[in-house]
Amino acid sequence: MLRYLAIRLLSLALSLVAASVVIFAVVEVIPGDPAAYMLGLNASPEAVAALRGELGLEGSPVTRYISWTGGLLQGDFGQSYTYRVPVGELIAQRIQVSLPLAACALALTVLIAFPVGLIAAARRGRAADWGIMGATQLGIAIPNFWFAMLLVLVFAVNLHWFPAGGFPGWEGGIAAGLKALTLPAVALALPQASILARVMRGSLIDILHQDYIRTARAKGLTRHQTLIRHALRNGLIPVLTIIGLQFSFLLAGAIIIENVFFLPGLGRLIFQAITQRDLIVVESVVMLLVFAVIVVNFMTDIAYAIADPRLRRRG
Amino acid sequence: MFNRLMNALAALVLGATAALAAKDTISLGMVLEPPNLDPTAGAAAAIDEVVYANIFEGLTRFGPDGSIRPALAESWEISGDGKVYTFTLHGGVTFHDGTPMEAADVKFSLDRARAENSTNAQKALFAGIENVEAPDPRTVRITLKNPDGSFPFKMAWGDAVILSRKTADQAATHPIGTGPFRFVQWVKGDRVEIERNPDYWGTPARLSRATFRFISDPNAAFAAVMAGDVDAFPNFPAPETLEQFKADPRFRVIVGSTEGETILSTNNKAGPLADIRVRRAIAHAINRQEIIDGAMFGYGTPIGTHFAPHNPAHVDLRALSQYDPDLSRSLLKEAGQEGLKLRLMLPPPTYARRGGEIIAAQLRAVGIETEITNLEWAQWLEQVFKGKDYDLTIVSHTEPMDIGIYARPEYYFQYDNPAFRNLMEQLDLATDPAKRAAILGAAQAMIARDYVNGYLFQLAKTGVANAQIRGLWENAPTQANDLTAVYWEE
Repeated sequence: MLRYLAIRLLSLALSLVAASVVIFAVVEVIPGDPAAYMLGLNASPEAVAALRGELGLEGSPVTRYISWTGGLLQGDFGQSYTYRVPVGELIAQRIQVSLPLAACALALTVLIAFPVGLIAAARRGRAADWGIMGATQLGIAIPNFWFAMLLVLVFAVNLHWFPAGGFPGWEGGIAAGLKALTLPAVALALPQASILARVMRGSLIDILHQDYIRTARAKGLTRHQTLIRHALRNGLIPVLTIIGLQFSFLLAGAIIIENVFFLPGLGRLIFQAITQRDLIVVESVVMLLVFAVIVVNFMTDIAYAIADPRLRRRG
Repeated sequence: MFNRLMNALAALVLGATAALAAKDTISLGMVLEPPNLDPTAGAAAAIDEVVYANIFEGLTRFGPDGSIRPALAESWEISGDGKVYTFTLHGGVTFHDGTPMEAADVKFSLDRARAENSTNAQKALFAGIENVEAPDPRTVRITLKNPDGSFPFKMAWGDAVILSRKTADQAATHPIGTGPFRFVQWVKGDRVEIERNPDYWGTPARLSRATFRFISDPNAAFAAVMAGDVDAFPNFPAPETLEQFKADPRFRVIVGSTEGETILSTNNKAGPLADIRVRRAIAHAINRQEIIDGAMFGYGTPIGTHFAPHNPAHVDLRALSQYDPDLSRSLLKEAGQEGLKLRLMLPPPTYARRGGEIIAAQLRAVGIETEITNLEWAQWLEQVFKGKDYDLTIVSHTEPMDIGIYARPEYYFQYDNPAFRNLMEQLDLATDPAKRAAILGAAQAMIARDYVNGYLFQLAKTGVANAQIRGLWENAPTQANDLTAVYWEE
């Protein structure tokens, strides 16, 4: 198990270094000057040059890469060009929206997908299975921004149960915060839950054909008992993989949903920073997300090891 | 029991009506979030849309009709030679942190804007200043290099507001001005909140609090207004839904004008486009009304030159570029440019992306093929604006009275005409309004006859607000959401 951990940790560190080089290089290549963007169409060239100097944009890429990664190692993400505040502060504000949103969406996903997947597997080939398969197919096919707009029209514009968007901040109370995150979390969770439910069903059905399941049935367990006691645990590996991927996606990929609900999350921060060429924000936030994804993958690996003892020994 | 119930009910109803009558807060939607809150260090319109006239004030200011009014300066005198402006400041003005606003702050702000290392986006406004003196706390004497009749106009811009000597450095994140509202907080990505300044020197604001919320997605903007999450959206991003708001008695649609001349900018030095016949052919190929209807849902006023139609000095020159595809084809033939291919670069706004498709079709009809490239703003600034690597592009020039850009040969149109530069020099020297209007008229005609650019339309300001709100600006003489006179009608 220790060796397994050590190898995983080393690959984690190497991935981070590789990611930092790639991110920095890509961002360097994008055409566009943050100073020119900020000063607009009437600015004099001297003013643009003065601003470039002030922002620390002069200097070779290598020096800037070193000062950036050096700062990252000490937990300093740099200073935003456009907002003029530390990037760490921006991330701290945004993560208060993105992390709870991703967590709520993932919880909803699991809460919907597990029972639905189990029922579909248990009732394979019957009406319930057909119904669930059809519904989940639809859930995957519906674009989530469209579904989000539908939710807004019904629950915000017509029923006034939820705000149409925005985030009041946690200082306004947990209830208000959760209320603001409800519709976005539902919109994010629906397609993910559909995917997860289908994976769960497929994985369980595969296992139900295994010999040990037949043995379990033969020794007198009911269909449900075999499903819960034997098939479920063994069928979890692919499900965990998908959950790991989904969490990364929910954290980083909520840009569209954040736009529809005008939530001040990380996705919109990156989107805006790219448009304004606030390069240091782009670099640091993307790096943070890469870090999050790698850590989630690492934790998924650990979870595999817990779910499947063979992986531990083999490691 | 019944009586007590009725009493309680009555109290509840009364309480509710009292609460309704007392509504004195507003939530305003804006498409873009300001990158920072210092109007003297950035060109983003969103900065002025939050702080102009609300938090920060200048010596003078724009009124809702575009007129220049006194602000921190209660009056000014101009010397006989037109070179020395002596401003008398209002007494008893304090910044939001309690320090008094004095002539030294004015000197500080103007010197900061025109300094060598200044990052002011409109540095040209201050280029004519020779020096600024503060002989006493309420007097500012500004000596200009040349007489300049439009100096009070220049001092009205958001880029010329007065900051405190002590707190100017923090203005980007924590603005401290002299205005009727003071800054409360900025939740980045979500909202900026301001509240009434109880110590304001002038007429106090009627609203006690205002929140600017940033909603860039048009569908989200629509939903937020419909759901009542925002009370007003002065520059509403979904013009296609305005009919729906018009039909709804809860809302009022506000249509006004802006200073945005939307033009088909042309690279006057790019091969065939250096030939005036080709530029003229393009001008006659354009059907302005079709673009306004197709791209802007009918909102916008056709223009014939680079000048706002609501300005008193405006001259209608649309006849010079009347829609006439036959003339267009014969001009191209004469210039030997049949089968011309041009590159059309489009920045993100709807007017450019939708308008660009329509213009491409109109040009195709006279035999000009265009290759459309969509660019982000940062790319556009780099490639088109700075690199001048383009043939045609569509941009709305939103600065007020910006015809002077045609006097800059290095500007991205690359229009190089000494006669026009001479006109602009004369304009700077003229202080008599009639003479200024005559020069401006000649300048408008010159760029229209030279077919520098395709002049399309004046951008409209289309907003939606709760029907009970009064006092919002209808037009946009400068990009601002001046809330000083806004209130809820009972």
